[in-house]
Amino acid sequence: MPDQDAAAPRTMFEKIWDRHRVLERPDGQVLLYVDRHLIHDGSEPAFDMLRRRGLPIRAPERIFATPDHYVPTDTRDVTAIPNPALRAMVESLDRNVAEHGIHMFGLKDEGQGIVHVIGPEQGLTQPGLLMVCPDSHTSTHGAMGALAFGIGMTEVTHVLATQTLWQRKPATMRISVDGPLGAGVTAKDIILHIIATIGAEGAVGHVIEYAGSAIRGLSMEGRLTLCNMSIEAGARAGMVAPDETTFDYLKGRPFAPRGAAWDRSLAQWRRLPSDPDARFDREVAIDATTIAPTITWGNSPQDAVAIDGHIPDPADEGDPERRAAMQDVFVYMGLAPGMAATDLPIDRVFIGSCTNGRIEDLRAAAAIARGRHVAAGVTAWVVPGSAPVKRQAEAEGLDRVFLEAGFDWREAGCSMCLGTNGEIGAPGERIAATSNRNFRGRQGPGVRTHLMSPAMAAAAAVTGRITDVRRLAEA
Amino acid sequence: MERFTTLHAAAVPFARDNIDTDQILPARFLHMARDADHGACLFRDLRAGPDGTEVADFPLNRPGWRDARIALGGRNFACGSSRENAVWALHGHGIRAVIAPSFGDIFAINAVKNGLLPVVLPAEAVAALMAEAEAHPGAAITIDLAAQTVTAADGTVHPFDIDGFTRHCLLEGVDELAFTLSHAEDIAAFERRMDRGNI
Repeated sequence: MPDQDAAAPRTMFEKIWDRHRVLERPDGQVLLYVDRHLIHDGSEPAFDMLRRRGLPIRAPERIFATPDHYVPTDTRDVTAIPNPALRAMVESLDRNVAEHGIHMFGLKDEGQGIVHVIGPEQGLTQPGLLMVCPDSHTSTHGAMGALAFGIGMTEVTHVLATQTLWQRKPATMRISVDGPLGAGVTAKDIILHIIATIGAEGAVGHVIEYAGSAIRGLSMEGRLTLCNMSIEAGARAGMVAPDETTFDYLKGRPFAPRGAAWDRSLAQWRRLPSDPDARFDREVAIDATTIAPTITWGNSPQDAVAIDGHIPDPADEGDPERRAAMQDVFVYMGLAPGMAATDLPIDRVFIGSCTNGRIEDLRAAAAIARGRHVAAGVTAWVVPGSAPVKRQAEAEGLDRVFLEAGFDWREAGCSMCLGTNGEIGAPGERIAATSNRNFRGRQGPGVRTHLMSPAMAAAAAVTGRITDVRRLAEA
Repeated sequence: MERFTTLHAAAVPFARDNIDTDQILPARFLHMARDADHGACLFRDLRAGPDGTEVADFPLNRPGWRDARIALGGRNFACGSSRENAVWALHGHGIRAVIAPSFGDIFAINAVKNGLLPVVLPAEAVAALMAEAEAHPGAAITIDLAAQTVTAADGTVHPFDIDGFTRHCLLEGVDELAFTLSHAEDIAAFERRMDRGNI
């Protein structure tokens, strides 16, 4: 299907949507062709459904796999996983990819890592592609100008069998962040601020395009962090228009096009950004100068405050149902009304995840850890997002910085972001985490999670409490 | 897939907004096989303490709602993780429909593919259904998918929208995969155009 008449201005999302339309149903749902299908070690139920129906995989060459959710981060030896049920998850992926000839970044391979870290890293994620994965943080890949969203297992089965997916066309939302960013303010702080502004439900049914000078000024890795958490505002997907930052990042990566193919792709990619007159269903404007280093206090990513601010007082909430909900959160999280964000001592630190497990994240954390030491009684982990991130960090000596400061330096995986591999905190522990969800029990039953940037998490590690990183950076 | 036609059953209210799928099915149960008893793990950490003792005031533990087959949810019900296991847990417990002002997008898609009907009603209508449920725990309400209505215990009728094909699949108990496979030639034609660089 050739591009539609350029006379009608379209958003980047609409251009990608139109290019992937195979069919439309009478009820308006559209069958979309999937360019890349990423899977992980939680995908066995989909293969099982496919087997039960006796269906083949339509396009195994479009599928890429890596184990991340169930892998241990203290070893690369599958047989060392003590829990047989968890070991079986990792082994099932090995079996499925071998049976179907799917490209695999295995546990001992040099490319293994969290699926949303390795997609961009390998050059699998490219502008204009439609990508899916059975994980809600698939929104990450939109940072490179792809349309990427998380799907459930029945949908995975459908994509395995048909390489397509039925979707109702979402609405569009542009979030423009303009102005200079203050000291210590990262992509993580921008997205936490955005979610606090529009709410955890703020973008339900919408694809977000992030725009504005503060977004254009972000590195590729910063944009990946930003788009990663789009789902925490309820969005179907999050996207950033591809530009020289994107192209510079992508060029030369293993799966990126080369030579004449690169030039052809580049010409296409330059036509992807939203047309100047394209209309979005909703527009949100954010003043970048109002964003401070930010942490979450509650059990939803929307419960965020500036580090120099105060945790709210449930008594100020007028709606009785919301007040009761807030009071429950205060009990679970061990908070006092109106306390300063910096009044919270922490027990653990988790630096990693598909949100903040990339090399720039580790550099930022190491810059704070260097020459300091993890506070007494605090356990601090650094879990690289991929094996290549780990190798790069070691080449730069960051592993030694962390180890000398008393951090654990671990292997790549999802780890304590959701603890499916058994790596969880103890009940009542308060964790400073660079991951994406502070849901009740997310890092283990009874665990209290505060989300923040890698530098802020490192600052919490070395001070033993939630700390304004700007004070350490000055010191 | 199980058919969904009409349902006349008690509705259990979960009044909070932004109930996430980590609450509906905690991550430590995600490795369970598809045919394992996910229903037993529904809301595990809200429903029971660490030792398994029931939390008395959790809605599913209250008289009248233990066997509820309809859930009432707050805004953005089942947000967060894409885990289809959350749907399996609700379904496994016996819940066949959830009525809420809005849903996490991925959950709503997963639900209909498993015979669990997500019904979006205006916030005021959901609030009224919740108030009625609280006043008369166990009182039955009726969902009629063909008519696209929810009828409250007091007789108030709330119409709702649903995509036509999704409704058809639920009413007939069929999934869309067979339908898509019947269009394999359209997909192949798309792939040929793509290979020629016309897409």
